[in-house]
Amino acid sequence: MTSNSTLAIEATGLVKAFGDTRAVDGVDLSVRRGSVYGVLGPNGAGKTTTIRMLATLLRPDGGSAQVLGHDIVSEADAVRSRVTLTGQLASVDEDLTGRENLVLIARLLGFKRAEARVRADDLLEAFGIADAASRLVKNYSGGMRRRLDVAASIVVTPELMFLDEPTTGLDPRSRNQVWDIVRTLVAEGTTILLCTQYLDEADQLADGIAVIDHGRVIAEGTPAQLKASVGSGALHVRLLDPEQRREAESVLARELGSVHLEPDPAALSAGCADADRAAAAVAELAGSGVRIADFSLGQPTLDEVFLALTGHPAEDQAAGDDPTPREEQAA
Amino acid sequence: MSTNPTTPALSTSPEEAAALRKALASSPRPPRASAASAALTFGWRGMLKVKHVPEQLLDVTITPVMFVLMFTYLFGGAIAGSTGDYLDYILPGILVMSVLFTTVYSGVALNTDLTRGVVDRFRSLPISRPAPLVGALLGDSVRYLVAGTVIVVLGVVLGYRPGAGVGGVVAALALVIVFAFGLSWVFTTLGLLMRSPNAVMNAGFMGIFPLTFLSNVFVDPETLPRALEAFVNVNPISILATASRGLMEGNAEAWDIAIVLGTAAALTAVFAPLTTRLYSRH
Repeated sequence: MTSNSTLAIEATGLVKAFGDTRAVDGVDLSVRRGSVYGVLGPNGAGKTTTIRMLATLLRPDGGSAQVLGHDIVSEADAVRSRVTLTGQLASVDEDLTGRENLVLIARLLGFKRAEARVRADDLLEAFGIADAASRLVKNYSGGMRRRLDVAASIVVTPELMFLDEPTTGLDPRSRNQVWDIVRTLVAEGTTILLCTQYLDEADQLADGIAVIDHGRVIAEGTPAQLKASVGSGALHVRLLDPEQRREAESVLARELGSVHLEPDPAALSAGCADADRAAAAVAELAGSGVRIADFSLGQPTLDEVFLALTGHPAEDQAAGDDPTPREEQAA
Repeated sequence: MSTNPTTPALSTSPEEAAALRKALASSPRPPRASAASAALTFGWRGMLKVKHVPEQLLDVTITPVMFVLMFTYLFGGAIAGSTGDYLDYILPGILVMSVLFTTVYSGVALNTDLTRGVVDRFRSLPISRPAPLVGALLGDSVRYLVAGTVIVVLGVVLGYRPGAGVGGVVAALALVIVFAFGLSWVFTTLGLLMRSPNAVMNAGFMGIFPLTFLSNVFVDPETLPRALEAFVNVNPISILATASRGLMEGNAEAWDIAIVLGTAAALTAVFAPLTTRLYSRH
């Protein structure tokens, strides 16, 4: 241990360019030990590239970073023995069975043959994939594959875990399972760096969030601070009759303040965090004779966060984030 | 329209959560795997792939069988006067050819791995950097052995009788596999430079195919035009074929064997570090 610092990650001015594209353009991060830190941004914002540099898979073109007190370039091997990566493509071998995957990783980490088998079986049991242990991973569902992936990441309990979009493409049940696993890991003391495009996910798991756009951190704070800076939520209303939108707009403006007219001519929304005030506003609408098709109270989406922070929506920024082809998006 | 943050979080039962906590608690870090043990583990991974998809071995068995039958019975009479005489000449040559063709697949397999996420996991593990590559090639050596054995067995069935007996055949097989190990580093380098498995396959065969045919595998170079003969005589594949014939007949020149081993060592010395470097940076 070269450092007793309370920081698990300390990155300064990280830069990575692919050709002319500066995928990461001066990222600073400080992540406290034992916390879950979310890196939030659209596809192509530079999240994956940042994580790959911190996990020693890519060499930065500029800047520096210490992970658990070790330099990611000059002490890459020391970093590797303390961290684990769960990549965007599930990092498991499709041509092997679930058990073989875990035995393989355990053997590579230094377990003896028999110990490796015991460890693999324990993990298969703990992650609810024991029944599928002898099946080839290419026949696994997306959720099973992801759980196996996380299991492979904790064959030895890591001090720090990089999780790159762990729930993209998963159904809600599998997503909740992955979240539960993450919470258990944190409770046991692992620090987690979580990349996601879902504000919801960062909100559920993270203690701190950095919003990243075009390779730069554009905002940082707790989920609550971030949402507050955006306007913490919105009442969305859709009308039966688009003709009544003007009337609805004036009612909502009176009740809640800022009103936004959606592209859908029957829809509008108003900034509102408080469910009681939203309910009152809906009652007021109904009372004034506006007929409502449906309504919902939503947290701001990543799109709204982006719009508020950057003035542009979170469109895919395409090129540059990840040089690996992304062919599979789990079934 | 609405995002829904209020999904129930009760997907994991208390028992599952307890099992998970137990799994997390009971994982002391064992001492680091040695480079050799990591490489052997990757070799085991290669074997498992063959076990799950045995069809992979068709490539390395059917093609050589076709070559032996085709060359012996179609061209044998015309080239050597009789099919029996030609079989004696060509069998060690085909052994060389079929094993060397198999080396291209090492590059293809590596490139296929790269298109998947699993390489990220290997690269983020605290293991010796060349271990995944050395291990994969060790696994592939077993495929080379299968390809070579098929040829020899078929040759014996067709009437080939090696003068140096089983010992000579084993020595020849070992020499060919050692050379193939060295050559396969060229294709793993290619596998890291090309964009798709198919591109690796095409480029690999574009190189290995003419090199094999411009050797003494099929014909005696004395019948060739002077310039071509000179090239064929220095082609390492010719020297490998000559050494293999010699080992199987019991009259190998030590010098030929030394050149083959030296070439294999040189290819490894240049391309193994190059491959490892490219793999770490990929």
